Amino acid sequence: MKKRKAKDEYIIIVGCGRLGSHIANIFSKKKKSIVVIDKKEEAFRRLGVDFSGFTIEADATEEDVLLEAKIDKADIVITVTDDDNTNIMVAQIAKKIFNVPKVIARIFDVKMKEFYEELDISILSPTILSANKFIDIVEQEAKEKL
Amino acid sequence: MNIIMVGGGKKILFLTKSFISKGYNVTVINNDKQFCNKLAKRYNAKIVNGDGTKLYILEDAGIAATDMVLALTPKDQDNLVTCQLASKLFGVKKTLALVNDPRNVEVFDKLGVNTTISTSGIISSLIEQKVFVDQITNLIPLEEGKVAVIELEIHEDYPVVNKSLKEIDIPPQAIISCIVRNGNPIIPGGETKIISKDKVVILTLPEIQSEVLKAIAGRVD
Repeated sequence: MKKRKAKDEYIIIVGCGRLGSHIANIFSKKKKSIVVIDKKEEAFRRLGVDFSGFTIEADATEEDVLLEAKIDKADIVITVTDDDNTNIMVAQIAKKIFNVPKVIARIFDVKMKEFYEELDISILSPTILSANKFIDIVEQEAKEKL
Repeated sequence: MNIIMVGGGKKILFLTKSFISKGYNVTVINNDKQFCNKLAKRYNAKIVNGDGTKLYILEDAGIAATDMVLALTPKDQDNLVTCQLASKLFGVKKTLALVNDPRNVEVFDKLGVNTTISTSGIISSLIEQKVFVDQITNLIPLEEGKVAVIELEIHEDYPVVNKSLKEIDIPPQAIISCIVRNGNPIIPGGETKIISKDKVVILTLPEIQSEVLKAIAGRVD
């Protein structure tokens, strides 16, 4: 595979909610090539005025849509819709069918995270992330009191 | 046999009734409480109200002791997850998913769900073929529509009338596998002649179906 500069990385973001749009805006400022997919057009309003990527209004569980987004050329696919199962399905399609090098999915259900992590997909669980942070803070304060 | 079905609508009602009459133990998972109540009143099946892609719901439904899981919701992603959890986590031997987007059949196959039914794919190809080719009296798609069995009646004005099979020039990807003459089936050889009013059963790939029909009927409507 042709090695590209980090700046030229091609990123597909599925789901343009609060998290998806936030990630898209940040990567856009870092001058990366980005395509954002969401099934609702209104969702794209969350993207900043200076957002330089492309948007596709469609259901990402349809293979045609992913091909339109040129998933076969993507370096990173991030799935952050509000539906765990959509994230899981799109992430698996990206990894297993299109061999995307890096695939990251957000999954709310903690038990599902364990199961799907075996499939070579990086999984972020907001519940676990915030729980860990809370515990860190609590333990930190407990230590300081000692 | 223990069967778990996830989904709703008429097909679940129909399948529940049919499976119970065959003596199977049926469990239905559905997230609509009203539907669950209706089903529980009507049939002697175990009903679980909840999301069929959640582990605890599947456990409640007794997935560990089930022989078959049928995922029949209108959302492909949910059907995929249900089947993956069932087969990979709980070791259910047979899983079947309804695939709403016909293009997802291949996707499901590659992701380890091997039995899929694409209703919209099957129905649309059936309708298409029935609408455009009126000579066909019967048509059965096999292997998700990758192979088709078509049955058609030979009219006297067809160019193949009174010709033997070896004289008929049909593409190599199709075969005239059976001739029904006066209600009697004949497995034809190269010398067998086709006569008017015969019904021929042809095994063919769908992409060359119109070529085959052209060779036999002389025209494609």
